[in-house]
Amino acid sequence: MTVLDEHLLETVAELHGVPEGAYNIRKDGQSVGRKSTANIEIVTKQDKPGIDIIIKPGTKNESVHIPVILTEEGFKDMVYNDFYIGEDADVLIVAGCGISNCGPQDSQHDGIHTFHIGKNAHVRYVEKHYGEGDGTGQKILNPLTNINLEEGARAEMEMVQIRGVNSTIRTTNATIGPKAHLVLEERMMTHGNQLAETRMDAEIVGADGSVQVISRSVARDQSKQIFYPRVIGKNRCKAHVQCDAIIMDHAQVRSIPEIDAQHSDAELVHEAAIGKIAGEQIIKLMTLGLTELEAEEAILQGFLK
Amino acid sequence: MLVLKDIKFDAYNEGKKVEIIKGISLTLEPGKLYVITGPNGGGKSTLAKIIMGIEKSTSGEIWFEDQNITDASITERAKLGIGYAFQQPPRFKGIKVRQLLNLSAGHKVDCRNCKNSLVEVGLCTQDYINRDVDTSLSGGELKRIEIATLLNRTLKLALFDEPEAGIDLWSFTKLTETFSKMHEKKEGTIVIISHQERILELADEIIMVSEGLVQRQGPKDEILPTILMGPNCYCDFTKGGKPGYDCVR
Ligand SMILES: Nc1ncnc2c1ncn2[C@@H]1O[C@H](COP(=O)(O)OP(=O)(O)OP(=O)(O)O)[C@@H](O)[C@H]1O
Ligand SMILES: [Mg+2]
Repeated sequence: MTVLDEHLLETVAELHGVPEGAYNIRKDGQSVGRKSTANIEIVTKQDKPGIDIIIKPGTKNESVHIPVILTEEGFKDMVYNDFYIGEDADVLIVAGCGISNCGPQDSQHDGIHTFHIGKNAHVRYVEKHYGEGDGTGQKILNPLTNINLEEGARAEMEMVQIRGVNSTIRTTNATIGPKAHLVLEERMMTHGNQLAETRMDAEIVGADGSVQVISRSVARDQSKQIFYPRVIGKNRCKAHVQCDAIIMDHAQVRSIPEIDAQHSDAELVHEAAIGKIAGEQIIKLMTLGLTELEAEEAILQGFLK
Repeated sequence: MLVLKDIKFDAYNEGKKVEIIKGISLTLEPGKLYVITGPNGGGKSTLAKIIMGIEKSTSGEIWFEDQNITDASITERAKLGIGYAFQQPPRFKGIKVRQLLNLSAGHKVDCRNCKNSLVEVGLCTQDYINRDVDTSLSGGELKRIEIATLLNRTLKLALFDEPEAGIDLWSFTKLTETFSKMHEKKEGTIVIISHQERILELADEIIMVSEGLVQRQGPKDEILPTILMGPNCYCDFTKGGKPGYDCVR
């Protein structure tokens, strides 16, 4: 593993060396390291690129790391990862993709993740996307995430795009069963001429299911962001969608939310706000001795934390 | 210490010039506690913001420790040891009380043994240190945290803008004790903008600001009785008087 590989892995998965627990590290389309454990089995798919991650029912306090890195310029990667999370399991899954591209050709990674989350299981999922390299080649990430929550299951999905990704279309489809609870937390920063589009579709089918969507983004320079969060309530349920964006420079942010209630006991709330950093926040931090730039950074960092 | 020389401040309202500060000259001495009081809209907050550098005076000069700071930025003034607790503090999405206190102290605040400025404003450290400084805080809580950001700095000039506003009786007592203690240490000059008699009682000197001018300034014992007597000029609406006109003396 090169220094660059280690740097990318640290950025997207906070990994220092080999992770504890189960893991699969994918580099330029190849698995370069894998470990299954007694409760978590990782197997290569036979019919298409990708892996199945099978977590035994009742597995507690274990983790799976499945970072992907692209270092070869012009590499286009498409991968299918299926997670089967057994009943009553409680696990942490850390994914993430780091692209380093210094050349003129585009690099692209499209990850298709499908989560089958069993009864009363609990999953915390963290995914970080990051790009670097000064070449003219674009760094493109188009993740598709499918989530199916069975009765009483809970999932907290944290999806972060740190910086350096030229173009992204992130699509999330979720089906929420009875008493299941889904939290989708998205944090994104775009800069330069980047484009980012988020599509989220959450369908609550079971009684007393609930969904919370929290999106926070910062758009700088000439970048453009579009959000299409949609929640459909087909049963007695609760949903709260909150999109906050800070807009700077010459950026553009569009937010087109939809809440669709198809049951009289569906309570769906949506809040969206776009605005620049409040001047008085900057002034307040300047009165504590920060420069204007330091104040701005502190505010953005807090906002995206 | 701090010298204001003929400070004027004009604002523009719908294209029309409004004189907000009409020429204020003041000298503040080290180690003293000043209370600025006066009617709403008199120009107290504007004056404090001009001292902090948040507003720029239209004319006049500001000297701080024999240095002309008229054109100094907010950051420069903060680094010289001037601090201002806002009348209406801003809220932040995503910044925690801990972070704000660390930023103001310029180092990590020790939170384990509760030796920090939250205690000084009557807030229990464990309950508040990890709270976001956002809309989830009540008005009084936010105000007390704002005061705490000043208390954990070593300032040569600390300006508090109506620190009592929205604060409950118990915390108010704690706060006046805190101001007294600060004053006893004589570490710097304290300026409190206030309408409260109990705060006025703490003053070495009281400065009455109204209609953009210092109307009166002097030792507490001289000024306080005249203030407590009530206004010496008011608008008698019962006689058809209009605000700002028909002054009855
Ligand atoms: N930028 C501005 N544009 C127009 N008017 C302003 C501006 N800033 C302040 N003013 C006006 O100047 C006057 C003084 O305001 P200031 O906030 O200094 O009053 P204050 O003495 O602090 O009052 P209070 O006791 O209510 O806090 C007010 O009438 C206010 O409306
Ligand atoms: Mg005021």
